[in-house]
Parts: sequence; C-alpha cells; structure tokens
Amino acid sequence: MSYFSDIYKGIKTLLTGMSVTGGYFIRARKGAITQQYPDNRETLKMFDRFRGEVVMPHNADNRHYCTGCQSCEIACPNGSIEIIWDRAVDPETGKKKKKIDKHIYHLSMCTMCGLCIEACPTDAIVWAPNFENSVYDRSKLTKILNQPGSSVLDGIED
Amino acid sequence: MNFTQMIIPLNITKTISDWIYSIMPETAASYTIMVIIAVAYLALFAVAGLYLVLLERKVAAWFQLRIGPNRVGPWGLLQTMADALKLVSKELTSTIKIDKFLYNLAPYFVIVSALMAMAVFPFSEQFQAFDINIGVFFLIAISSIGVIGILLAGWSSNNKYALIGAMRSGLQTISYELSVGLSILTMVLLTGTLQLSEIIEAQRTGGWLILQGHVPSIIAFMIFMVAGTAETNRAPFDLVEAESELGAGFHTEYSGMKFAYFFLAEFINMFIISSIAVVLFFGGWLSPFGITENIAWFPQVFWFIIKVLGLIFLMMWFRWTFPRLRVDQLLTLEWKYLLPLNLMNIVLMAIVIWLNWTI
Ligand code: SF4
Ligand code: SF4
Repeated sequence: MSYFSDIYKGIKTLLTGMSVTGGYFIRARKGAITQQYPDNRETLKMFDRFRGEVVMPHNADNRHYCTGCQSCEIACPNGSIEIIWDRAVDPETGKKKKKIDKHIYHLSMCTMCGLCIEACPTDAIVWAPNFENSVYDRSKLTKILNQPGSSVLDGIED
Repeated sequence: MNFTQMIIPLNITKTISDWIYSIMPETAASYTIMVIIAVAYLALFAVAGLYLVLLERKVAAWFQLRIGPNRVGPWGLLQTMADALKLVSKELTSTIKIDKFLYNLAPYFVIVSALMAMAVFPFSEQFQAFDINIGVFFLIAISSIGVIGILLAGWSSNNKYALIGAMRSGLQTISYELSVGLSILTMVLLTGTLQLSEIIEAQRTGGWLILQGHVPSIIAFMIFMVAGTAETNRAPFDLVEAESELGAGFHTEYSGMKFAYFFLAEFINMFIISSIAVVLFFGGWLSPFGITENIAWFPQVFWFIIKVLGLIFLMMWFRWTFPRLRVDQLLTLEWKYLLPLNLMNIVLMAIVIWLNWTI
C-alpha cells in the first residue's frame, strides 16, 4: 500500500511547495527586494556591512589615526596598499618616530577581502559604502587615503 | 479536404471571402482564403507567443520578489518585441561540421508543427479555422511531430551536448505521450466524440467535463497537466535544455532567428497544452454557469483566453516552484506512477459512465 501513500505524500509535498511560492507571488506587489538603482540614486542607502572601498576617516582638524605601522600593507594578500613613510622627531619626547607620508591604496587591485581593516591596530581605515567606482582612466583608481597636510592624532600608539 | 468545414470567423471575414469568391474561380479562391487564414494565424500567434514570453518573465519576477522587465514601453510591454527585433537582426552563426540541410530545417519543423496545431482550436463558436471530426487525434499527432525537429537539431549540430539534449527529448516525449493520450482518451470516453466543437457542445448543457466526470475527470486533469508540462519540455521537466548540464541542450548551436523559433515554439506549445485542457476539461469558450450566454455582443473568445491564461499561469507556477527531475526520476514518474494510474482511471471512468454516475 506504500504505492498509494507515496502518491499522496508526493502530491502533498508538491502542494506545500506551491503554496510557499504562491505566497511570495501574492506578496510580491507589496515590496520587491530589488533596488530601482538609477531612479533612486538619491535615496539609495547601502547596508552597513557593504564593502565599497577602503577609506581613512579624518576628523575636523585634518587628523587621522594611522601611525604608519604598515600592518595593513603586510596583511594585504595582493599588494594593494603601499605606505610611503618617514621619520620625524616627536616634539614632546624628542625621540624619532615613524609617520606616514602617503597611504596609497590601489582600488583596481583590491579584492575587498577586508584583511587590512582587520589588521589595523588603531582602526585607522574603514569600509566606505560608495559603489559608483567606475572611471575612464585606470590611474584614477590609485588613491592616496591620507589627505594632504594631515597628521596623526596625538597620543595614538601602535 | 472539405472546404465547407472551414468556418471563417466574424462577419468582416465573410465579406472578404465573398469578395474573393466573386473575383476568382472557386478553386483558386478557396486556396487564396486558406493562405490568408494561414498568414493571419501566423502573425497572430507569433505576437501571442512574444507576449507569453513577456508574461513568463513578469510572473517569474513576481515569484522571485523582483519587478521584471519595465523599461521598454509602458510596464515593459514592448520588451519582447524589442528582443525579437534584435534576434532578427543578428547574424546567424553556425559551426563548420554541421549537417547544413537538417540544421536549417529543424527550427521550421518545430515552429510549423506548433502553429499547425493552432488551426483546430475553437476559440469561439465562429472562430475556428479547421473543424475536423478527428480534432483531438490530430492534436496528439501534431504535438509529437515537434520532437522530430528537436532530434534533427540535436543530431545535425554535431555537438555532444545538443545530442544528449535531443535524445532526452525523444525519451521524454515518447514516454509522456502515452499519459497525454490516455488522459485525453479518458475524457473522450465521456464525450463520445473526437471533434473539438462537439466536445464543447456536450458541455453546454451538462456543465464542464471536469464536473460531469468528477473524480476520474479530476485525476485525468492532474495527469494531463503533469504530462503536458513534460511534453512542452518546461521545468521541472526541462532536462532537454538543462542549462546547468548541457549548455542550452538541443539548441546550443543555434543563434539569431533560428534560436527564436525554438524559443517561440516552446511558448506556443504551452498555449496548445493549455488550450487542449481548456477544451477537454473547462468547457472551451463557454462562460462559467452560462453567465454571458444571452449577451450577444460579449466575445466568447474572452472566456477561452481567460481560461487558457489561468492554466498557463499554473504551468509557470510549476516552473518557478519545482526543481528539475533527474532522468531516472522522470522515467519512474511516468512508467511507475502516471501510466498505471491512468489505466486505472480509464477503467474507473468506464464504470462511472456504465453505471450512469456522471453529474
Ligand atoms: S581589502 Fe584586502 S585586497 Fe583590499 S586593500 Fe585590504 S587587504 Fe588588500
Ligand atoms: S592604516 Fe592602520 S595598519 Fe595601516 S599603517 Fe595605518 S595604522 Fe598601520
């Protein structure tokens, strides 16, 4: 008799599946999950964990958190980050101290793996949610993350 | 062929046919009329097929909580027209080692057999191109000719994926043909005629056949829908063109308009299967409970199309719900379940009719 109970079970499970998709079909009009991108460009907000590109936040006085420790450069598996650093005398202690000159980030090579951000001991670099990254010239994708004239915030040590 | 059986739709066509008969000798005139009707059907169903493609894309989008085509024309209504235009203007590429003649013949085989089946459907009382007394039989015969086109396409492409796809198609159509035929036979047992217009006439007084034959009719309908979906090579029975295994199956090597013919034929076949179901189970162009029976101007085509679209939606619902079957599962379903059930169902139907248990 398992023959007929198989048929019964088969039909029952098929109908279960159809009721699930049918429910979606009816509710689809209420809210499609797709974004109407070029139309809602003004209001479109990417979700929190979106990985657009690596940026270095600066505060109002043009100070950042990067000590130039190079952990991010070492962590990056494909060499997307290059740090040009220098030494300067710290006026308080009088000792020589490492500081960054340029934090160069090649967006064109970045795989968005996030290892650099995890490696950074001072959280100097973070993900930015912008995704409109297409440009006409490849060289525009090589970015210098620290703003000109910026310096590290006082008291940040690695 | 008996030309008097050719019922020409609506009055305007009557005027046209009178005019053609007045300017030509009788034989030439009847041939001209046949050609005109053929061209009209061709144009009508090519456009209808395109809109079915659009419907499928919209329905698929809604099932997946998307929006679907909405850029070309209002609500994307011109999308498939634009796609067809693009396909027409594309270069027809092919590989070197194809069998040229068969390769070029195959798409026409598929599309012509699909369009030929349209001729016998009674869309309304008047609107039927060709009312033959073996209508149902003709439909079963024609609908399985298409598979020859698919086999030709797979063989002549000289491509292993195409050949595997074509072979699966042959296997599938031969198996499921039985179920389609037997479930139709169950209904023919009830009506006692093969002529489509008479099958509909039989439902005018006694209610739709799915009600008249109650239990065996409902079983026959379910079997017919499953086997019909398999017959059209649609998901979950799309092993023929299983994208993840075979590229595009039998039409891997086709491009441009020839590809479009295969694509269109699939949708016209879906329309045909739904139309057969509507005629055999849901009373064709008859309105439900005869609500528009006495309104003279109400187009009977409306009810036919509404019912067909309902069944087409059902098939799309299948497609976007169920995963694809494996080849052995496909054969198990047919030979171990559908076929024995179908045979039992025929006996049941015979008993129901014998004991006068029909409603
Ligand atoms: S996200 Fe990955 S690839 Fe990109 S810069 Fe950071 S470590 Fe390198
Ligand atoms: S960004 Fe972070 S890890 Fe990279 S050099 Fe600056 S402080 Fe070190």
